[in-house]
Amino acid sequence: MAVSSDQTPLTQEQARQLEELLQGLDERQRDWLAGYLHGLQSAGRSPGSADAGAQTRQGPVLTVLYGSQTGNAESLAEQLGEQAKARGLPVTVQDMADYKPRQLKKEAFVALLASTHGEGDPPDNALDFHEFLHGRKAPDLKGVHYAVLSLGDSSYEHFCQTGKDLDARMSALGASPLVDRVDCDIDYDEPAEAWMESLLEACVARSGASAPASSPGQAPAASDKPRYNRKNPFMAPVLEHLVLTGEGSGKDTRHLEFSLEDSGLSYQPGDALGVYPSNDPALVAALLEALEMDGDTPVSVGKKETSLREALQHYREITQLTRPLMEAWARQLKDESLNQLVADHKALNDWMRGRDLLDLVRQWPIKDLSPQTLTGMLRSLAPRLYSIASSQAAVEDEVHITVAPVRYQAHDRAREGVASTWLAQRLEEDTRVPVYIDPNKNFKLPENDDTPLIMIGPGTGVAPFRAFMQEREERGASGRNWLFFGEQHFRSDFLYQSEWLAWRRSGLLERISVAFSRDQPEKRYVQHRLRECAEALWRWIEEGAWIYVCGDADAMAPDVNEALIDIIAQQGRRSREQAQDFLRQLAREKRYQRDIY
Amino acid sequence: MAETTLPKAEIIKRESHYLRGTLARGLEDEATGALADPDTALSKFHGIYQQDDRDHRDQRRRQKLEPLYQFMVRLRLPGGVLTPRQWLGLDEVAEQCANHTLRLTTRQTFQFHGVFKGRLKPLMQKVNALGIDSVGACGDVNRNVVTSVNPHESPLHQTVYQLASRISDRLRWRSSAYAEIWLDEECVHRLEEDEEPFYGASYLPRKFKIALAVPPDNDCDLFANDIGLIAIVEKGRLQGFNVAIGGGMGTRYGAPETYPRLATVAGFVPTEQAADACEAIAAVQRDYGARDNRDHARLKYTLDDLGLARFLELFREYHGQPMGQARPYRFTHNGDRFGWVKGDNGKSHLTLRIASGRVADFPDLKLRSALREIARVHKGEFRVTGNQNLIIAHVAQKDKDSIQALVERYGLDDGSQSSPLRRNALSCVAFPTCGLAMAESERYLPELVEKLEDLMAKAGVSEVPINLRVTGCPNGCARPYLAEIGLTGKAPGRYNLYLGGDRIGQRMNRLYRENIDEETLLAVLAPMLQRFADEREGEEPLGDFLLRSGIVDEDRSPGAFHQAQVSDPS
Repeated sequence: MAVSSDQTPLTQEQARQLEELLQGLDERQRDWLAGYLHGLQSAGRSPGSADAGAQTRQGPVLTVLYGSQTGNAESLAEQLGEQAKARGLPVTVQDMADYKPRQLKKEAFVALLASTHGEGDPPDNALDFHEFLHGRKAPDLKGVHYAVLSLGDSSYEHFCQTGKDLDARMSALGASPLVDRVDCDIDYDEPAEAWMESLLEACVARSGASAPASSPGQAPAASDKPRYNRKNPFMAPVLEHLVLTGEGSGKDTRHLEFSLEDSGLSYQPGDALGVYPSNDPALVAALLEALEMDGDTPVSVGKKETSLREALQHYREITQLTRPLMEAWARQLKDESLNQLVADHKALNDWMRGRDLLDLVRQWPIKDLSPQTLTGMLRSLAPRLYSIASSQAAVEDEVHITVAPVRYQAHDRAREGVASTWLAQRLEEDTRVPVYIDPNKNFKLPENDDTPLIMIGPGTGVAPFRAFMQEREERGASGRNWLFFGEQHFRSDFLYQSEWLAWRRSGLLERISVAFSRDQPEKRYVQHRLRECAEALWRWIEEGAWIYVCGDADAMAPDVNEALIDIIAQQGRRSREQAQDFLRQLAREKRYQRDIY
Repeated sequence: MAETTLPKAEIIKRESHYLRGTLARGLEDEATGALADPDTALSKFHGIYQQDDRDHRDQRRRQKLEPLYQFMVRLRLPGGVLTPRQWLGLDEVAEQCANHTLRLTTRQTFQFHGVFKGRLKPLMQKVNALGIDSVGACGDVNRNVVTSVNPHESPLHQTVYQLASRISDRLRWRSSAYAEIWLDEECVHRLEEDEEPFYGASYLPRKFKIALAVPPDNDCDLFANDIGLIAIVEKGRLQGFNVAIGGGMGTRYGAPETYPRLATVAGFVPTEQAADACEAIAAVQRDYGARDNRDHARLKYTLDDLGLARFLELFREYHGQPMGQARPYRFTHNGDRFGWVKGDNGKSHLTLRIASGRVADFPDLKLRSALREIARVHKGEFRVTGNQNLIIAHVAQKDKDSIQALVERYGLDDGSQSSPLRRNALSCVAFPTCGLAMAESERYLPELVEKLEDLMAKAGVSEVPINLRVTGCPNGCARPYLAEIGLTGKAPGRYNLYLGGDRIGQRMNRLYRENIDEETLLAVLAPMLQRFADEREGEEPLGDFLLRSGIVDEDRSPGAFHQAQVSDPS
């Protein structure tokens, strides 16, 4: 495979050098290099960059994390930070809510200060951290040294429970205690002081000896596992499955996280995840009944031998009708009314809309149809594509998607989208989902981290922008970011709201503009919001912003396109034609990219 | 001397440009239902508390949605007096801008709950159009001025009510921030201009409460206030007021340096000086109250730190003349007088019991609809009592029947439908909206009352009035420390039990058992009520009996207050 500068972010000269280097390497050396680069990326720095050696030069860092309801743990944490500095120990003090818990395994010394409230509950800002430690994503913490200070009130039954929980979990995950946990009652000053003292001594004593082991060379080498792809999907375990839409919503949008661990699969923000769904067993059962066929009848699907039931559930499309199927059906049946329908192009289209195989079987049953013939007539069940909602820079070997189940009523029956409802409703614990990566090189972040972004993603169209923000956050990209989001209701449908707000607080996301269509008498959509922001948008465009649109292709994308043309014409004092040219030119320069469906 | 660091709330006030902060901008931010963080401290001065639906907080966190932010808006309504037209207006506001309920508070005013950010401004404008505002209903300023509402001595009470309004107006904050932010008036603020001639840029160190009472009725719990004015009537004429200072309920668990305190009767001022005297006391508190510690900032601590003698010296300095000698007075009653009473001027007044002050259409009681209908025919006024109840006041003889007919049609409670315990019970709001709540209060009270009624019935004391008050936290909104049985929430389903208050609001209770569940609570109270039934002398109230029998001791010193008298054996 030749390295060409056209397909990569490399300059011609870099591409030449790389090709030269690669040609000189044997397979083992290449594998090592792949692992080395991967390790560099997950460590978030490049070789020789200014901060690469900074941490090791200073020695291991003490990371102080606090979970505080009333501020006591917070002020103790700050006190500990001051004292550590006074002793020359590198230290960072952070709110547990702001800490990325997957960093934990890379820490040298971790001090956890947490209060307990209610019936042994963690403080609000410690809930995520607490859950992470107790959840399936909790990492192996061997090599991490930790200490716990708990604050509580002994008049409560579950005195200092959060501290006890954290201690037990850290230890269970393999971390080793620097000093014993101390459980403080209301008068915490003295015991807390003594705990800090002995903790800092322990850190100082260990600092000389241990250095954090994070050299990129130790990253896992690329393995010789089979590569997974569309033909050979990876069976990914489900890590997380959340309903994103709140009470009172008309939607039921889900957030799903899969593990790609050991798959060798990797992706870039903007790529899609291909998912092979299964059909609804209830629909399959209804179909078998209507067909008067035995589900256990053996059939072959391609080279695979299976049962009819399995074939209908996992390998064949049964929720959509196609013209070739209708024609094949008509040929088998030899029925005048069906022949007429199939002959009439428009009538056939109208009939097929909103109907599925079950409708066909019920209306035009074929008496002597064999299970194998049926299987042969049906299309393969196609994978569905979902824009990936995560960045590997942030989530490593996970992949996240956002799914809105498709449900509608047609011809007196409730109909469901295959993949979306399967993912949202019928996935059971420990189900593995066949997935692969579908790269999308037409929906990519600019290489230049200073480039401003305008992201327009109503509904589940917001998914890739979550990936963009994760990526830009990890890269420390300084470009400004502006999100346009829309849905039906502010209170229930603002997908990933708390994450956007956190990014706005941190400064990564400069503006969030929203349109909730059903919160006021007149419908309001993102394109209305765009027009309201015309002046600022034009300024951003003039400053080199790249524009991204993701989501519905039928109504939203054309409306947004129109709005952009109008804004360019009006603000840029151009004719409509010139504005259209301007936007086309942006697209040619990849400054206007769309992922619409 | 160590440099004192000011608490965040104190700095926010000073840097707020007279309570503007970034409130106006925060209202326009559509990405969040909340205000900017520091502004939530400022909004209180405008009568607005940011809260969230705590029933859904955890679920929403998992759903990556922010908490379901919403606001509570409290009005300024001196003495709790309003016209039927205003009632109808507020009822409409509840429908259009809030959660379809009105809540009567223990400080004689209204609260709207469940107001989403986008409805705040319309709400404030509608309320303003009714001639009502929410200036200083919360925040570090003088709060709603409360006063005796017993209307059957009309002329005297009218005078006292007018004074309450005057004091409220005098100590209202002045910045034009309110008009700019809520009423869309043009910003007239100049940076260097002092918009608060009395308060200054840092307002008071903490909230400040004033009450006026006409003996023998202490229905407003006068001694729970920073200033209590006790009307002195001699030969049928109002002479002036005894001035009680330094009362306050709020305390914090595990902080023995915080304590509830009854106001100390410090002296007497003639009627015409009463408003000036209140201003002078507030000014001493403004200048001498602790700014570096909000747990120690109420007047009660300032008074205890300075000592009464020094405080009175300062008062004399600020007021221009000293307080006179306190005159004799006697309170005999605390709580509302339910049902119809006839006043001096021949008009009648009907006091209705409103459970926990919540005016809503419940499945079995269409209370809000009923009061709306009454407001449509009523020609007098409404008065909110300090015990979350409502008086239909000044009803002409000829109109009485039509109002009574509505009361009967809707099955409203004129007190005769409930036991004395239920009639007098108070609770704060707590879950799901109050951010301070540690346990249920309003939603728990009916259930608790029923269980206590059973105990009382078993002991044979069902008809004895016992003063029960429940709050979800130790801050004291329902004045739990003045109850005969007081409960304050510690954790879901768990409460501190306070016993031994009197029935006239002049003696506090004290902590008896700490952090107990309902089962323990009932097990503690059952034998106590039985003994009360067996050993009660005459009409002796429960609180008095508990002291006389030695079950609860008399020590009410700050040190003793937080010490559970009976500690948990487990």
